[in-house]
Amino acid sequence: MTPAVSDWSFFAEHRGEILGATVDHMALVVMAMLVAIVIAVPLGMFIVERPALRAASLGIANIFQTIPSLALFGLLIPIPFIGGIGRRTAIVALVLYALLPILRNTYVGLSGIDPAVLEAAEAMGMTSTQILFRVRFPLALSVILAGIRTATIITIGVATIAAEIGAGGLGTFIFRGVALVSDSLILAGAIPAAVLALIADFLLGLLERRLRVV
Amino acid sequence: MKIVTNADSSCGECSHGVDPLFRCQAPKKDAPKIGDGRQITLLCSRGELGLSIEMNAKTKNFSGDLIEFRGVSFHINDIPSRVVISNASLTVPFGETLVLLGRSGSGKTTLLRLINAMLLPSRGQVLVQGRATVDWDPIRLRRGIGYVIQEAGLFPHFTVAENVGLVPSLEKWERERAAERVRELLKLVGLDPDEFAGRRPRELSGGQRQRVGVARALAADPPILLMDEPFGALDPVTRAELQREFRALAQRLQKTIVFVTHDLREALLLATRIVLLEAGRIVAVAPPQEFLKADHPEVRAFAASLEANSGAPA
Repeated sequence: MTPAVSDWSFFAEHRGEILGATVDHMALVVMAMLVAIVIAVPLGMFIVERPALRAASLGIANIFQTIPSLALFGLLIPIPFIGGIGRRTAIVALVLYALLPILRNTYVGLSGIDPAVLEAAEAMGMTSTQILFRVRFPLALSVILAGIRTATIITIGVATIAAEIGAGGLGTFIFRGVALVSDSLILAGAIPAAVLALIADFLLGLLERRLRVV
Repeated sequence: MKIVTNADSSCGECSHGVDPLFRCQAPKKDAPKIGDGRQITLLCSRGELGLSIEMNAKTKNFSGDLIEFRGVSFHINDIPSRVVISNASLTVPFGETLVLLGRSGSGKTTLLRLINAMLLPSRGQVLVQGRATVDWDPIRLRRGIGYVIQEAGLFPHFTVAENVGLVPSLEKWERERAAERVRELLKLVGLDPDEFAGRRPRELSGGQRQRVGVARALAADPPILLMDEPFGALDPVTRAELQREFRALAQRLQKTIVFVTHDLREALLLATRIVLLEAGRIVAVAPPQEFLKADHPEVRAFAASLEANSGAPA
């Protein structure tokens, strides 16, 4: 579907609203990603040496990932404190989606380090905390960042659906467009969302390559 | 840690010192007793050798064997049927280069890892400086034992200087002192500090990486050095080169070295004593010149491999 001339004029007329919705959308994504990183990265570090916890936490994160997003938003609404209508519920749902890629990559990154390097670190008298923060974590950083990148792109997409529970963002245009059968409205939400995803992918990709060690 | 901060004034007789590490050491060849010789280091050394002095002070009071195995057995996960080492007894006196020789799976690496408490014995005791490894704080024990492995195991995200300076930085040395130590060590292993200090391990050849690995192990001047097939992954020419240099280094530094290899030629070249392992048991202990005379079948098997090798065109 290529945007017709009328679509472009629609963009031009409503650029203020579109820009506002884009900013809202970004805010939603950034909030969710920050929370997800704060939960998933330390959790990933914690489960590396604990096989039982690892299976459980990866399993749970996996389950969240398989719930259709619209259903997850719906399921969260009746839950007290975290639920209800609005941004908070949306952020909770987005966090749950973002957890798995970050958690899995943190675990994979931390556990995929050359055993000779870890053996040397241990034999040189580094404590397990020093090994974690001075050897494992720096070496795993690019893999962890790849997980954050994947999660960010998923979140930008899923966040459009959050408009359905009143969280605002670019999804507002899409749902309105679907209801009114207006391509212009749908594109006014979809194109900025796609551009956001591409930009995030590019920038995080750059960072990931800079942090890659070997 | 700061026993000696500046002993420069007493360094007048340093002219005979050729070793960049122990530049003030008298050229006295007959002093491999703990404490002897080292005291000269203390008198003449500059501030940057403070830690080595402390360690030597610690070992100086210890007059027994540096490492001792007393009836040591090791079972995987302490399951009695999964024996890796059975009833090994062995002493390693100060200044020795002990080579653990054996086939793959004979238990030589396990024996090595029992020394720095990477593994703890299922039965018996491993004593380091007179104290059982189970009674040591493993971190303190390992900081006093250099460790070199195949492929070096260098930290890929650190520069050469950061790799070599890791233990000094863990021991919270002053920056300048650690930097000076790194330069000395790189020179000692034949790498120009100006050229190599800033490089990453991936920018080095295999032989250079292994040199850095040796320098890193020597960083805090540990009395003991453990080496697990350090030259195993190198091409034959580089390997021979490093073996020769290492032998000279070992004689000069007066470290107590335990060296693992499956290469009899290497064992004969480097060892002051060879310990042959077969299926977790020590089957022969002999200095290199007598080793080939032993009539144990495993010794004969190794000797045969040597003859087969030397007969074939290289």
